Amino acid sequence: MSIDINEIKKAENLVYKKSSVLTDKVMHYCPGCSHGAVNRIMAEVIEELDLQEETIGVTPVGCSVLLYNYIDIDWQEAAHGRAPALATAIKRLRPDKYVVTYQGDGDLAAIGTAETIHACNRGENIIMIFINNGIYGMTGGQMAPTTLEGMKSSTSPFGRDVARDGNPLNMTQIVASLPGTSYVTRQSVHTAAAARKMKRSLKKAFENQKNNKGTSFIEVVSTCSSGWKMTPAQSNKWMVENMFPSYPLGDLKDE
Amino acid sequence: MAKNRGAIEVDIATCKGCYLCVEACPFDVIDLADEVNAKGYNYAYMKNPEKCTGCANCAMVCPDSCITVYKMTIKS
Repeated sequence: MSIDINEIKKAENLVYKKSSVLTDKVMHYCPGCSHGAVNRIMAEVIEELDLQEETIGVTPVGCSVLLYNYIDIDWQEAAHGRAPALATAIKRLRPDKYVVTYQGDGDLAAIGTAETIHACNRGENIIMIFINNGIYGMTGGQMAPTTLEGMKSSTSPFGRDVARDGNPLNMTQIVASLPGTSYVTRQSVHTAAAARKMKRSLKKAFENQKNNKGTSFIEVVSTCSSGWKMTPAQSNKWMVENMFPSYPLGDLKDE
Repeated sequence: MAKNRGAIEVDIATCKGCYLCVEACPFDVIDLADEVNAKGYNYAYMKNPEKCTGCANCAMVCPDSCITVYKMTIKS
């Protein structure tokens, strides 16, 4: 049975379209970057929960520094690593708003470690999204605290040597052990199923913030195809094989 | 038996040809075009439009939100 494609492409058959919370700006991320998918999910969740006017985001320093150009909500740009401190202030001054921070591993797990740990330990009623790709993507793929043992980066061309460079930092595990956090989970966006799961987690985090439950922390294990020197498809495969054993997906804490 | 037919529309101008939708498609519907867009990327297109079921897996993994999905159920 043949049906004309234009017959299917009608408004009544629409099942998925770009979220209206996303702006028309073309994202500056490299092709296949996980940031794009997470930005999209964030916009979709905000649209579905109808919180566009109620959400204040805090952008980090890193590849996602221009996030305020892409999602049409109120934003505040934080100094490098200080997004949780800024989010604390915003949430305390405007407890009626939903506050979300969005940070990479160089921001959240390196320069901003103190702010992250203290905000989570105080149990600030905010959502923290943590994009972990194991390197400093924006500055040229240098070794980060989250770089895996043996993982190559521009400053560890022969792989991370634990004797010389120390152990990889598992920030999400640390945060899960703190009393202030209510929901700590590790997700990914490499497949459609994983992206849908990530969306459910973020919705739950918004729900938790509504119920004043404390910090919700969502790590997204991500790829950096430019920094890893692979195609986006190869990066996803590499992530599944190498990142997931060290950073297994799933909920670490749900209270 | 009812059958789902789907179709996707790719925003050619914003597609970066990352290939993730091609990998995500369970029915081998999508491929990258030989032609390039204004930025020089081989954009995604429907290679086998009759196989599309409108599952939206491609749109779920697209980092640039450039895929719109349509779906209709045909009763025979």
